[in-house]
Amino acid sequence: MIKSRFAAVPYGVWMAIFIIIPLALVCWYAFTDASGAFTIDNLADIGRYTNVFTRSIWLAAIATVICLVLAFPIAFLISRMSGAKQTFMLMLIMLPMWMNFLLRTYSWMSLLENNGLINRLFGLIGLGPFEMINTQGAVVLGMVYNYLPFMIMPLYSVMTKIDRSVIEAAQDLGASPARVLSKVIIPLSVPGISTGITMVFVPAISTFIISRMLGGGGNLLIGDLIEMQFLGNAYNPHLGSALALVLMVVVLLCMSIAGTLDNDDVEDMLL
Amino acid sequence: MENNVIVRLENISVSFDGEEVLNDFSLDIHDREFVTLLGPSGCGKTTTLRIIAGFLYPDSGRVLFDGRNISSLPPHKREVNTVFQRYALFPHLNVFDNVAFGLRVKKLPEAEVKQTVSEMIEMVGLKGFENRRVTSMSGGQQQRVAIARALVNSPRVLLLDEPLGALDLKLRKEMQTELKRIQQRTNITFIYVTHDQEEALTMSDTIVVMQGGKIQQIGSPQDIYNEPKNAFVANFIGESNILNGVMHDDYFVEFAGAKFTCVDKGFRQDQEVQVVVRPEDIKLVAPDAGMLNGIVKSTVFKGVHYEMLVEQAGYTWKVHSTASEQPGAQVGMVIGPDEIHIMVKPEDKAGD
Repeated sequence: MIKSRFAAVPYGVWMAIFIIIPLALVCWYAFTDASGAFTIDNLADIGRYTNVFTRSIWLAAIATVICLVLAFPIAFLISRMSGAKQTFMLMLIMLPMWMNFLLRTYSWMSLLENNGLINRLFGLIGLGPFEMINTQGAVVLGMVYNYLPFMIMPLYSVMTKIDRSVIEAAQDLGASPARVLSKVIIPLSVPGISTGITMVFVPAISTFIISRMLGGGGNLLIGDLIEMQFLGNAYNPHLGSALALVLMVVVLLCMSIAGTLDNDDVEDMLL
Repeated sequence: MENNVIVRLENISVSFDGEEVLNDFSLDIHDREFVTLLGPSGCGKTTTLRIIAGFLYPDSGRVLFDGRNISSLPPHKREVNTVFQRYALFPHLNVFDNVAFGLRVKKLPEAEVKQTVSEMIEMVGLKGFENRRVTSMSGGQQQRVAIARALVNSPRVLLLDEPLGALDLKLRKEMQTELKRIQQRTNITFIYVTHDQEEALTMSDTIVVMQGGKIQQIGSPQDIYNEPKNAFVANFIGESNILNGVMHDDYFVEFAGAKFTCVDKGFRQDQEVQVVVRPEDIKLVAPDAGMLNGIVKSTVFKGVHYEMLVEQAGYTWKVHSTASEQPGAQVGMVIGPDEIHIMVKPEDKAGD
């Protein structure tokens, strides 16, 4: 026992320096004013930003659902492929992630612009131009594009563990393809679904680059708001910390709601 | 009642990646029979089963079920159920829900589901385990769940793909008796796939011996054991001594340098044949008191009997006997007419 306790010391130190202390600092800033006195004004101020919070939750939720609907069939198809093909497909999915996040989002900007590539193509067939950049749709697109692999990977990893014979057994017992999906494949994928939702929803709700680059000024998200409090003209780390604290609570709430989803709800979502 | 064929395979051919697994394969399976497809791995027996279940569509040929062509019917529309090799239970469901799966898919009233499933669980001896997770059960118990899950749908035909392969010897023997009992009680046609000849002999009404995607012999266990059609069947079912011989006349054969009376007839005069003699059918007697003389090369104790290798005129005989002889001993061997089984030589088939 003593040995294992010693082995845990470095991790304890690490957690203290990089998790506990920063969290404590966030809490301390959130509940103090510029002079260091205790106050709840920072938290009370957040009421002014309710619309930003709602928008962030809403857009992140939409992006998460779209990711789930897109990733589910892709992950299943990959999990049924032969070994070499699986590796190849996974590499294709990971490939964009080796490129810089900013670069990827910039390229969407130039694609979506009013005189961007897509609108020019539409122009050739006499359509448009469409207003695509600086919309909520563009923000959701950016989130889906950037976070889709985080949904595919956990789904894929649980789906490879679904034995082919279990699917055959369901067919053998009279289940049509739709019933095989709803009674066997989806229930067995639930661990991957909930991991995937967490891994997409959490970064999506706190992103600030995607909304700034693709959403213009009009689609401010919590992430932008927090960033402005630390780096922008509005410099106010106390409000920023309070925002971060509330965001954390919101994420925890959303995740615990998602955690109580049972199989039937997930089925309804996907079918 | 010989024409009550329930499953008919007609000229089925299947190949994977250019390799032929079944080649112009035809087979009739009669209603209420316990049929075993027996053969070494890669002989096409599991492929045959998957074609009947609908998991695999043949490249050519037809599958008839009760006279109806079901060749292109998907598995969920076929009146057969399968017990899979490694059970393939649903890991997210408990015992009851696993067994109830098929009935619920058919949307039967829940009260009926409950009653039928409970009866079936009781029949396979798992009463009281209804709410257990299948992942926490032993191999034997999982096997029973798998059987109950298939049988509860009262299929016309039950397909079993080496269902006892993963169990230990004692449990396997128990389950063999149990499966036979269930088959007789339910009157369902069982199509059983195995590579274990003893299992096949114990349970089957009819055994289909397969090799290289072709049927080698079809018959009752007694037929297959006592009258193997060729050297492959003789070797695969039990142990045997196989020698070349010449059929001089009806009931008269020469092999191993001696002439014997036998019970076979209908061969051409002096036709070259193969002779099968089972090791337990050779009686060891004093030297020169038998038909053949040999020298014991080795003796191994096998539990029920001793296995001895006896060398005679360049051929090493395998002999089983409850009495042992020392290695090096001179012995005589006696083979009765009933114990000599004559087979056509493979390359002689065309002229037969």
